[in-house]
Amino acid sequence: MHDKTLAELSTGLAGREFSSRELTTETLKRIAALNGKLNAFITITEERALAEADAADARRAAGETGPLLGIPIGHKDIFCTKGVRTSCGSRMLDNFIAPYDATVVTTLGQAGMVTVGKTNMDEFAMGSSSETSFYGPVRNPWDLNAVPGGSSGGSAAAVAARLVSVATGTDTGGSIRQPAALCGITGIKPSYGRVSRYGMIAFASSLDQGGPLAQNAMDCAMLLGAMAGFDPKDSTSLEQPVPDYTANIDAPLAGLRIGLPREYFGEGLDARVDAVIQEAVQTLQRLGAVVKQISLPNTNLAIPTYYVLAPAEASSNLARYDGVRYGYRCEKPRDLQDLYTRSRSEGFGAEVKRRIMIGTYTLSAGYYDAYYLKAQQLRRLISNDFRLAFEEVDVIIGPTSPTVAFNIGEKTADPVTMYLSDIYTIAVNLAGLPGLSMPVGFVNGRPVGLQIIGSYLREGQLLNIAHRYQQETDWHKKMPSGMLG
Amino acid sequence: MSLQRSDVERIAQLARLAIAEEDVARYSEELSNILNFVQQMAEVETVGVVPMAHPLDAIQRMRPDQVTEVDGRALFQSIAPLAEEGLYLVPKVIE
Repeated sequence: MHDKTLAELSTGLAGREFSSRELTTETLKRIAALNGKLNAFITITEERALAEADAADARRAAGETGPLLGIPIGHKDIFCTKGVRTSCGSRMLDNFIAPYDATVVTTLGQAGMVTVGKTNMDEFAMGSSSETSFYGPVRNPWDLNAVPGGSSGGSAAAVAARLVSVATGTDTGGSIRQPAALCGITGIKPSYGRVSRYGMIAFASSLDQGGPLAQNAMDCAMLLGAMAGFDPKDSTSLEQPVPDYTANIDAPLAGLRIGLPREYFGEGLDARVDAVIQEAVQTLQRLGAVVKQISLPNTNLAIPTYYVLAPAEASSNLARYDGVRYGYRCEKPRDLQDLYTRSRSEGFGAEVKRRIMIGTYTLSAGYYDAYYLKAQQLRRLISNDFRLAFEEVDVIIGPTSPTVAFNIGEKTADPVTMYLSDIYTIAVNLAGLPGLSMPVGFVNGRPVGLQIIGSYLREGQLLNIAHRYQQETDWHKKMPSGMLG
Repeated sequence: MSLQRSDVERIAQLARLAIAEEDVARYSEELSNILNFVQQMAEVETVGVVPMAHPLDAIQRMRPDQVTEVDGRALFQSIAPLAEEGLYLVPKVIE
């Protein structure tokens, strides 16, 4: 049962092949058996899950249907869950019991989903390897010595190891797509504003966006349809209707115009990853797509721009952790200043402190124009590159990450090296566009992800392309061995 | 560019972070590396480029001036490190 997709589980529940109680019990057993290896979950919410499963079974018995009713899900520990610890991977929030649910959690709960736990992540989502968590690193189910990517590494590892069929993630600079790629699963970062940020702990508010991680595009479509939509509680939520993402998921790809940016296939890209990507592009061509070389000339500016904007916004967002209202508080503060300073220094980990320091510096008097304002101008140039490209092509395709999963500890010594692993994903956040990653092959037994970038609100098109590809190939069905539980 | 010890101390003070004496050198090197890395931004001409704050250039929505939130003070204070009679407690600020 554990290897079934969301769609298959949904059919099984609807056909009364098994109850949500049975499914949830199996899921919890599997998590208990394998989480010690993977460290994918920070908190397992067994009691809550069984109660929600019983409630879902009761709703079904009363005649209710619904594709998500009774399906177990893991939520990234950045989404607030009422009455459950919401740590954001940080010592700062190790004792934080969220007093309310994030809108995403509420909405999926109303659809009947069963929360089985909170998944591990880089501290405050700051990282690309899920190694900066206060709760220890997450391991990649394909190779326990490898990172799962980050920051939504716990969610990606949990889906890849088939602990859950689906999980939520968030993506500020690649944090859904890169771990999806490194773990061999499918994940989509929707357009900025598509999914509510209410109750999603803020990192860089102008870039943060929640989305689904799943085995395949169909499951992502089912989950995204329930997650997306206008929320008056999120001031940047888009007031746009949500289409049924599964409705046109089978549409043929004949005539689809794909752009391959030359900047995404240059220096820094592992040649073996390149070869796998080219093969996937050929498959899409066989399905009727037309491929064209394009250019996104400001690609090289994306990482520097991001590493000014994101830390600046983070330094402001994380100013709220003061040791007074909630979260970690140091022992025996001498005075108020000492309370603030020691609570923050002891509560935050090294990468978070580094980014707060960078952001504080670039926003400080005398430096604002040279850094923050300049970066906002470059953000415009990067966004314009995409706008021009979408006049020529329908979607842009390239690798999600320049390499397959690296080893745990390999990049922790030098922050800048770690930042470079997000080269293909970051620009998409700066422009606010939707991006999807799907598995298209392996290099040395580690999965390769292909990224599809679309124009604003074209999530349906990305899911359509991925789904058609997945009808022709079986990379998304590959499972890591050694995850037998 | 290279951040001096005094720069690191000033930034830490602004950010309400304490950097241990033995870590100042490491922070100064790491932060300098990051700032040097982002320095390539300066080479790009951006005269007349309008700064982009929101991907869709959306503006903040207005809403009717109505009370919609219920009082959650007791609930919120139940997770505070130290609260009493509806007040958050901190070390004495005024003698």
